[in-house]
Amino acid sequence: MTVSSVAPGADGVGADAVEAEPVPPPGPGPATAAGRRAPRLPWPGYLGTKLVGAVVSFFVVLVIGFVLFNLMPADPVRTMTRGRPVSPEQMAQLRVQLGLNRPVWARFLSYLNDTVHGNLGYSWQYQQSVGSLVMSRLGPTLLLMGTSFLISVVLGLWLGMRSGWRAGSLFDRLTSGTALALWSVPTFWLGMILLIVFSVGIGPVSGILPAGGMSDPTLSQTGMVHYLDVARHLILPAVTLVLVAYAQYVTIMRSSIIEQLGSPYLLTARAKGLSDAAVRRKHAAPNALLPSMTMIFMQLGLLVSGAVTVETVYSWPGLGYLTYEALKIPDLPLLQGTFIVFSASVIIMNLLADLLYRVLDPRVRAT
Amino acid sequence: MIGIETGAGPGAGGTEAQAGTTLLDVRDLRVTYRQGSREVPAVRGVSFSLGRGDTLGVAGESGSGKSTMALSLLRLAGAGAEVSGEVRYDGEDLLTARWVKLRAVRWAGASVVFQGAMSALNPVRNVLDQIVEPIVLHQQAGPREAERRAARLLESVGIPARRTRAYPHEFSGGQRQRVMIAMALACDPDLVIADEPTTALDVMVQAQILGLLAELVRESRVAVIMISHDLAVLSHACDRLAVMYAGRFVETGPSRQVIEDPRHPYTRALAQAFPTIGDPASRLAPSGLAGDPPRPSQIGEGCSFAPRCAVVMDSCRGRDPELWQVDPERTAACLRVLSEEGAA
Amino acid sequence: MTALDAPAAAGAAVRPPRFESARRFARAFLRRRSGIAGLAVLAAFTVLALVAPLFIGPDQLDVTRVNGPLLASPSAHYPLGTDQAGRSVLLMLIYGSRESLRVGVIATLLTLVIGSGIGIVAGHYGGLVGRLLMHLTDWFIALPGMPLAISLAAVLGQGETSITIAIAVTSWTGTARLIRAQTLAVEARPFVERARALGAGHGQIMQRQVLPNVMPLILVSSTLTIAGAMLSEATLTFLGLGDPTSVTWGEMLNQAFFNGAFTADAWWYILPPGLAILLVVLGFTLVGRAVETVLDPRMQERP
Repeated sequence: MTVSSVAPGADGVGADAVEAEPVPPPGPGPATAAGRRAPRLPWPGYLGTKLVGAVVSFFVVLVIGFVLFNLMPADPVRTMTRGRPVSPEQMAQLRVQLGLNRPVWARFLSYLNDTVHGNLGYSWQYQQSVGSLVMSRLGPTLLLMGTSFLISVVLGLWLGMRSGWRAGSLFDRLTSGTALALWSVPTFWLGMILLIVFSVGIGPVSGILPAGGMSDPTLSQTGMVHYLDVARHLILPAVTLVLVAYAQYVTIMRSSIIEQLGSPYLLTARAKGLSDAAVRRKHAAPNALLPSMTMIFMQLGLLVSGAVTVETVYSWPGLGYLTYEALKIPDLPLLQGTFIVFSASVIIMNLLADLLYRVLDPRVRAT
Repeated sequence: MIGIETGAGPGAGGTEAQAGTTLLDVRDLRVTYRQGSREVPAVRGVSFSLGRGDTLGVAGESGSGKSTMALSLLRLAGAGAEVSGEVRYDGEDLLTARWVKLRAVRWAGASVVFQGAMSALNPVRNVLDQIVEPIVLHQQAGPREAERRAARLLESVGIPARRTRAYPHEFSGGQRQRVMIAMALACDPDLVIADEPTTALDVMVQAQILGLLAELVRESRVAVIMISHDLAVLSHACDRLAVMYAGRFVETGPSRQVIEDPRHPYTRALAQAFPTIGDPASRLAPSGLAGDPPRPSQIGEGCSFAPRCAVVMDSCRGRDPELWQVDPERTAACLRVLSEEGAA
Repeated sequence: MTALDAPAAAGAAVRPPRFESARRFARAFLRRRSGIAGLAVLAAFTVLALVAPLFIGPDQLDVTRVNGPLLASPSAHYPLGTDQAGRSVLLMLIYGSRESLRVGVIATLLTLVIGSGIGIVAGHYGGLVGRLLMHLTDWFIALPGMPLAISLAAVLGQGETSITIAIAVTSWTGTARLIRAQTLAVEARPFVERARALGAGHGQIMQRQVLPNVMPLILVSSTLTIAGAMLSEATLTFLGLGDPTSVTWGEMLNQAFFNGAFTADAWWYILPPGLAILLVVLGFTLVGRAVETVLDPRMQERP
């Protein structure tokens, strides 16, 4: 037999030999986790690509906005003056005022120039600049959406992790079933139901929470009293948004965890003597969380949609409610302003998610 | 003939021959997977025992149940697996032990070197962290001391100190396997189960890893169960060999004897198939052997190797052979062995 | 006529395995209880929507012609009470399923046409055109759908046509991505290579080879698309973008909310339309998920 061609314990264990080791040929299996991802770019290149992407996205938003609000309406002046007695001369004058008689490309350029400089036009309904209107409504929306986003992400990820870990269990079926049902509920209707139950009250039991708005005008508008009052007004809209949005995160995290379930590194963690909970928390969760991050931020659009209807139902003085007020008229410059601001914020959040992912995941982090 | 048959109960492996006290005693280990309503036997009655410092190699084709057998020793075979029999580690039956006790034995008592260390290491935690984890968990040291020990271990397997904070994907396949070995030794275990430790590596690296493993084992007197489909690899690294087929040991004995004078026709085919260590052909099915190993769900009556056996007899199909003592140190599960012995 | 014969004969040749796979699919689907439940709900609503005109006429739905009590609570004559104009909420609910389902279905069809059109073209032309279309899809995915849909519907004017268009324009992206991936997979198969070698043009390949092979996937994705479309329809209508004279579930909720059902504590007016939307959307979602699970072997054995 020729078995002893290499003696056991042969030399070549030294550090030098290690450095010289050839990387094994790429094969199916082990290496795919990292190999699947995009080729690693150095930080400046990555940042540049993502920034350019975001700028291009924003440009597309502007184009869409221009087409929607400046080209598509057959005659903005007619829409604007609907229901008011206006003479043809006045309308012609308005057209010149709005620059409607200029060529399309010139209008687009001045539109671009205006928008980039924060000049979003003039609201027909409020007789006020759209920019300042939007800015004044940004705070309440950020408060509502930020709160709901945080709660629904934490709740959704936690539930998704637990139910994915025990896929098929009673807990999993209950969680997934509830999430599915809540996803199928129209947001505004859920808001109405909560409003009836907790604000209007059922029968003789009167409600305990305010029906709408962001604060009680009879109370002081500053200090602790004000904060508590706002918090009380925040409860119902935030709960509605959370109930509708958290299901997405359950689904994302659940499937992400299930993808990790068979992973050999989890077996290693178990073999080390870690408890089941520790294996899940310390090993499965970080691995499942990273790929879901981008998805989590991608779902922000849903939260924006929810915000429009929830703010309408609860008359929450934010951008969503402003959108509703604008579309009633319809106040096109205002609608355009909210559209651009909503889109821009979602683009910015997606950009942040991409950058955060890069910082957190060692597999794509540049060394 | 009948006398010999009755004498061949579980445990006839005779592996207790080594010096030293018994560390691990496995009796009639059976692992059955449930697939829907069907039961699929993966391990069908394996018995052996291992003293401190003993090294046992388990050889077999993929699907022979060798990995399942090794993992179920620490109840790591997965939730769908039903494990029966006895696995006495230091006198305690791990199959019935409480979780707390079992978890205490895991890694601190018996650790595992997994195959394909890319996926066996957590991709998002640096390697030092992953070695520190079991040391701290089993309360063998505080975080600081554990880090020092982990760095020492990494250095002893040839990973320089400056790379201890690197992530698994930043290492080559061989280096990852070295990390895995360092990790296995983190808690000074009495037993290391090496599950195909060199499978995904190329030839040169395979030899290095095996050498490293053998060296560390010699130094620390740790007992080893090494799983591989490569008889040559095993015969270098282990004192004793067990050949597994369709969920059972079909031959056991001292490595050199098993390799040079195989008694079971399956061992013979395996030995012919792997002339040298790390031969590329080792990735393929044994060349001298036609057909595939039986699926665990399709094991019928008689000797499970009979359909592929070159020297099959009529009686093989009717009778399921058990391990018979061939000589004081060796056993084989083949009717031919039995008839030879009977004739002698 | 003769031109049609050849493909027809080819179709006949491959028919048996197709039927077999259809049967296997049906059997696997029938084993999923949630899918069956969803299908039952959908069947019930469809039947209701189809037969509604047989027993509900304009007399009972026209605000100017009804003479029931205003916002009356449920009674023997009005099982679900009445609305602010004196119409029976139950009848409106039943009749509303027609419009709601119709807008959902049409918007979905439009979505699928846009989505699979862009998906197939993007997948077929790998070069600049494909990349541009894919980037376009990615940009659209990043946009918040609701503000865009609202703006579009507002610009187009009230009514279900604008709503349908708005939904289609904002929800084709998912289909496009899915179909593009599938197109790439189909085009890699040998029979497309063969057709190309035989001189088939781009249009022919996309129409004759790719489309029939991505069709099943398009149909599967339609069940999930329709769930989203119906939710969007309800939302847009609720916000006042629908035709105020039509009877749909979203319109009912709009009128309930803005016409004082709250102060009257008229839960019978608010609860049913929302539940109906919930049931239908859930039905489509359950069916869609069941189909998805059956078709995706990776998902099998998972609840």
